[in-house]
Formats: sequence, C-alpha cells, structure tokens
Amino acid sequence: MLKKALYGLAIASVAFSSCGGPSADGGKKATTGALGSSVAEKAYVAPGEYDEFYAFISGGFSGQLAVYGLPSGRLFRVIPVFSQDPEKGYGYNEETKPLLNTSHGMVPWGDAHHPDISQTGGKVDGRWVFINENNTPRIARISLKTFETEEIIEIPNSAGNHSSSFVTENSEYVVAGTRFSVPIPQRDIPISEYKGNFQGSLSFLSIDKEDGDMDLAFQIRMPGFDYDLSHPGRGKSHGWFFFTTYNTEEAHSLLEVNASQNDKDFIAAVNWKYAEQLIAEGKFTEEAVKYAENEWDESTHMATSTIKKSVKVLDASKLPGLVYFLPTPKSPHGCDVSPDGEYIIGSGKLAAELTAHSFTKIEKAIAEKNFDGEAYGIPILNYEAINAGAVKNPGLGPLHTEFDGKGNAYTTFFISSEVVKWKLGTWEVIDRHPVYYSVGHLMIPGGNSREPFGKYLVAMNKITKDRYLSTGPEVCQSAQLFNIEGDKMELLLDFPTVGEPHYAAGCPADLVHPNTTKIFKLEENNHPYVTKSEKEARVVRDGNDVHIYMTMIRSHFAPDNIEGVRVGDRVFFHITNLEQDYDVPHGFSMIGANTSELLIMPGRTETSMWYPKEVGVWPFYCTDFCSALHQEMQGYVRVSPKGSNTPLTYTLDDDPLDM
Amino acid sequence: MKLKAFLFVGLIGVMASCGGESNAPATESKPAAAPAQEEAVVETSADVDPMENVGIGPIDELEFDEEIDEALAASGKEVFEAKCTACHKTNKRYIGPSPQGIYERRNPAWVMNMILNPDEMVAEDPIAKALLAEYASPMANQNLTEDEARAVVEYFRTIE
Repeated sequence: MLKKALYGLAIASVAFSSCGGPSADGGKKATTGALGSSVAEKAYVAPGEYDEFYAFISGGFSGQLAVYGLPSGRLFRVIPVFSQDPEKGYGYNEETKPLLNTSHGMVPWGDAHHPDISQTGGKVDGRWVFINENNTPRIARISLKTFETEEIIEIPNSAGNHSSSFVTENSEYVVAGTRFSVPIPQRDIPISEYKGNFQGSLSFLSIDKEDGDMDLAFQIRMPGFDYDLSHPGRGKSHGWFFFTTYNTEEAHSLLEVNASQNDKDFIAAVNWKYAEQLIAEGKFTEEAVKYAENEWDESTHMATSTIKKSVKVLDASKLPGLVYFLPTPKSPHGCDVSPDGEYIIGSGKLAAELTAHSFTKIEKAIAEKNFDGEAYGIPILNYEAINAGAVKNPGLGPLHTEFDGKGNAYTTFFISSEVVKWKLGTWEVIDRHPVYYSVGHLMIPGGNSREPFGKYLVAMNKITKDRYLSTGPEVCQSAQLFNIEGDKMELLLDFPTVGEPHYAAGCPADLVHPNTTKIFKLEENNHPYVTKSEKEARVVRDGNDVHIYMTMIRSHFAPDNIEGVRVGDRVFFHITNLEQDYDVPHGFSMIGANTSELLIMPGRTETSMWYPKEVGVWPFYCTDFCSALHQEMQGYVRVSPKGSNTPLTYTLDDDPLDM
Repeated sequence: MKLKAFLFVGLIGVMASCGGESNAPATESKPAAAPAQEEAVVETSADVDPMENVGIGPIDELEFDEEIDEALAASGKEVFEAKCTACHKTNKRYIGPSPQGIYERRNPAWVMNMILNPDEMVAEDPIAKALLAEYASPMANQNLTEDEARAVVEYFRTIE
C-alpha cells in the first residue's frame, strides 16, 4: 500500500513540475496547467463514436493518400494511389497493374501532393478526391464510396506536376500545371539554351458529372517559367483559374540563387471559360503526344490502360484575353482564393508581406488595358491597379492560406514555424501560434470552396525532431490540429502522418460515411474470370497457361488441392471472395510468388500470377485473419516436372467440386 | 494455489477431449459420425424446444402452405447454390450442417432468422450459440433479402 502511494506521489510531482516549467511550446502549457485536460477532451472521440470530419492527407513521397478522422487524428486507412501497396495487392494483382501504366511503362512509385474534393455549386460534395503525382505527371481520381483509385491520367507535355490537382466549383475541371518547363516537344538541345526554348503547359481535365470520368480537354502553352500552385476562382471569379509562378528569370541552374533575382514573379490568371470558347471555335492546334489514360471498371473489377496520342493546345502567347499575369512578390508559393472569389492571395516565399489581389480590380485593369508591358505576348497587369492590400510583417516564409468562411484567413509560415490569423479586407494580424516545426500547408475542411467549415485547422509540419519518441534519424512528419472557433487559435492535438504530407482536403463525415460501399454484390460481378459458386470452381490448362478459378469463404479455398501444374507453366489464380458480409475480406498468398498477396473484398475477384519454378508440393494460404479457422484456410499445388503427364485435378475434401 | 489447481483441472479436461478424438479409429468416416454429434450438443446445451424457438430477427412466425410452391423453391435453389453452397451441402455435413430435414429439427422462422440475422443469432440464440460452438465457423451473413431467404427456406422443403 505504502509503495503504491509513494509511486503515485512521484508521478504527480513529475507531472506538475513539467507543466510548470518552461516547455517546448513557448510556455503555452503553463497557462493551461491543470485545465490542459479540457483541451484533450476537445480532440477526444470516445470508443465507438465517430469523428466529425474526414481528413484526406497526402502521403508525399509515399505516393498514397491517408484517411484520418478529425478531431481524433486517428488514421483509418491508407488508400494506394500512385505506389504499389502489398498490403492490398494494389499494383501487384492483374486487375490494378494497368492503373500504374504510363507512357514510360509501369511506374511503381509516385509523389502524391495535393488532394482536393469534388464540388457542386461551390460546396464540397464528398463524391471523389482528386490528387496529383509530381514526378511522372499524373492525376488520380479516388472514389469516396469504395475508397479506391478509379482513374489515373498521365499528363503529356508536362514535368513535375505540382500546381495541381484543384477542382472548379462545379467540378467542371481539375487542373494539372507543370512545375518544370521543358522543351515541347521533347528534343535534344543544350540545357543552357533554356531561355525562350523551354515552355510550360497548364492542363485542364474535364470531369463527367455522373461517373467522374476524367478527360484531358485541352492544354494551354505557357512561357518557360516554373508553375507552383493554383486555385480556382469561385463566386464572382468562377471561370478563372490562378497559378503561381517562380523562376520567371528562366534560369536553368542553381535556381536557389538564380531564380530569386526578380523582385516580382507572376500569378497567371487563366480565363478557362474563354478557353472553352476558343476550343469550340477551333482555335487550337492538335499536337502529337503520348500519354496513358487508365480507368477502373467497377463491374469487371479491372482496370484498362489506353495510350492516347493527341492533345488540343491553346497558345497563350497568340490568343489575347486567355491569360494575364498578376505581378506578385517574390517567388510566390500558395495562390489562394477567398471563399467569395474576390481576393487572390499570393504567398511570396521571399517577400516581406502577403499580397492580396482584387478580382474586381483585375477585371477593371483588363477592361482599361492597364498593363505594365507583357511577357511572351501575355499582358502584365499594373501591380498598383490590381492590389487590394497586403498583410505587413506577417512572418517569415509564407506558404499557404486557407479561410474560415467568417472573414478570416490563416497563413502558414515555413521559416518562422507558425500559423498566422489575419482579417480579409483590413489585412491586420489577429493571432499567431507556433507550430512544431516548419509548417508547409494547412487545411480547413472545405478550404478550397465557397463554404469552408471553419471549426478545425490542420497544420502539416515538415520536421518533428524532439517532438516524439525517436525512431532513428528519420522521424515522422506531423499534423497539428487547432480549434479555430474562437478569436484565438487553440492547439488541440499532434498526430503523426504517413510520408510527407503536402496538403489535405477535409469534409464533414456525413457527406461520405453513409454512402460507403460495404460489399460488392456477387450477382453484379462481371469479372471475366469470376467464379460465382464452388460448383463453378475449376482449373483450365491453355498451353503453358493454367487458369485456376478459385473461391474463398470462411474458412476454405475451393479447390484446395491442385495437381497437374508443371514447371515452366504460368499460373493465374483468379480468386473470388464469395462472402457477402461487410468487412470480411480474405487474403491469398503463394510461396515463392514474385508478387504480393491478394486482399480480396466480399464479392470481388482478383488475380495473382505465379511462375512455378521447382518441382514439389507448394502451399498457399489466407493472409487476413478471417475466422476461428483462419489458420486452417490453406491448400496445396503439386508441381510436376516440365513435360510430365500428371493429370490435371482439383478437389476439395478429396471430392470434385461440381458435385 | 487455487488458480493453479483450477488450471490443472482445465488442462485435464482439454487433454481428455483431445485424447478422445485422437483415439478414434482413423478409418471412421467423418460424415457418418457428425449428425449424431450435432444433435447431442444442441439438445444438452439449449434449454428450448427447437420446434417452438423462432430465434431472433425480423421473422416472428412462418407457417408453410400445405403445397410446396415449386416456382418459389426453384428460385430458392438458385440463391442457395449461388450464396450458400460454399458452406452447406444438401447431402452431407460440410462447413455447416446440411439443410436436409431441417424442419424436423427447427422452426421455419428460426431458419429465416438464422439466414437474415446470423450475427445476433450466434451471439444470443441458444441453439445458434450451440451450433457455433460445435462447428466453429460462424454462419456467414450473405446479405440475402427477406424474399430470397423465404425462397431458400421453401427450397429446403424439397430436399430429400
């Protein structure tokens, strides 16, 4: 008893002294003291209860998209998008391999940056998430019914697809702007001849209203700058899209110095409604390109990849009225449009202030031709004429701004590691809060829409050293959750993230949770190799190809004994999960297979390819603990020598399957 | 000390039951032994009349017409073959019991509820609980509609 009491005391005294003493967050803890628990309660979601919001946080160099709950910060799922994922067989099974096809062949990894949720009437509608791949320029569409990647389109004439993948307010388009300018078409020229010979391109992908099907509608050829980020106009500026640029110097080496020479770079304002008109009038050139368009078919459970060979191009230098440049200090990163569409905020990474352009003034300056010259034939609007104001001395290294829908804006500052709250229109700083550390983007659910849900803010930090238990030289990136309902931002929670998140999109759980798919109906399974009942399970030899039509249900495979396979064969396991119950996937793995396991959802069919290389009797088993008899869910394939005539048989319980 | 003694007794129990099975002649055929065992378990652990117990679920009672509805039974056969045969064979004990002669053992409403509401049934219903203990594989919820389940139970009347 005594021992216990002493122990309790020791713990309490340590806890108190650490609360009272100076701490890493600049003494904030001291002011909350014993009331700190009330902060924890604000992020606490009791066991069995649901979170209020979904947050879709990009994985950066992981290539994937992670799904979190807010305010708990709990990680629910990592959706594979641009990288192979053995956990789910994604990019390994025959059905999803085509999703990772490109004009360069199969690319097993991607660099996922900026997710954005589809919108209807300027509001997030919870139907799809779009996300860009930076390295091999691509855009993906993810269904929020199945939480699976349904489509990936490669972007031709592009390199480093960074200013992407933001959607317009009725999901008319998702954009993909090149980060690196390159020779278009690609050719063998000296790199030193960059200036004037390299070009950029901004791509507009149309989105089908019903099924979300994307199509590369047109590209706009641009001067050879770097295009960094973008945001759609909305409300009064709907019909326009804004892209930040850097390296307007057109430097080709040591950009950290040479691309920081100009006092101002540009935000490119693109009139996409006018672009549609130009396309309709035939003012485009059809250019030969090569890019992959990969689509998932929900009915056949298979993706197909098609190589497309042409694109419609509008040349901004030759089509007056299509693009205008808004001078913006200095190497701007974020390009964020206020919910009403009036203000376009440029975050000059090297600038002393945040710049706000007024859309009303932009229209006026265009009408009055109030230009300060042009670049490659594109008019540069007069800076003073379009400037709405500036936030003075806001911090160091502004990156990205989001809005709470109540007239306030929140900007991240990378160098000074803080989030700063300021007021639209008066440009005064209202509050600032440190973050840990080096914050990149931030997200307010509905941030890229006319109606943000201004309750929570998530800051995504690049560095977390000393913040968590060590895990070697590499520590996780982190997100920090703030409550922004009051005048002051309140830090509620730190939670680790996967990869290096670049941006996030969030929406109320009600928009997504009730619509999610629970099973795939067996009767709607049109996979060409489906097996809808054990009676239909069979093994078919076709030359050196062996097709195994197999089923799985708690807790057995049918068939589970297969003989007559030979060394040198190519074996396809086409496996159908016969379960029709929510959350009962089964796995499948084959010893020595040079691929991953399969993880097959209820009612789904997936295919794994295996080259038997050695004579013997080789086991396979279920990888997902499915029932009390999961460990019994296994089987054998007998492999005979090449050229042997072991008869092809397949059984379960030593019986043929069609009895 | 008490705990140890208890464990010891438990172990003996486990060992005895293991030993019993492994001592059985290897040639004894599984299907022949199984049905008798099933009935024994159900009757000793379930303090209910299986012909009266309607189980737990959306169906309170179900009375068959005297005549079998052949069309309904035929559609039930189709559903059964698509969704159920991975675990139930009509001619033998398989992963689960055979539905052969089911209405001599169970109330038709209980069968409907077992199909439509298996999770709650195996958690709450004494007969379903006893079946789970015996078969170890839980009855899978195959998400049949009430109409489909009704057709399946009609089909069970035709199995000879």
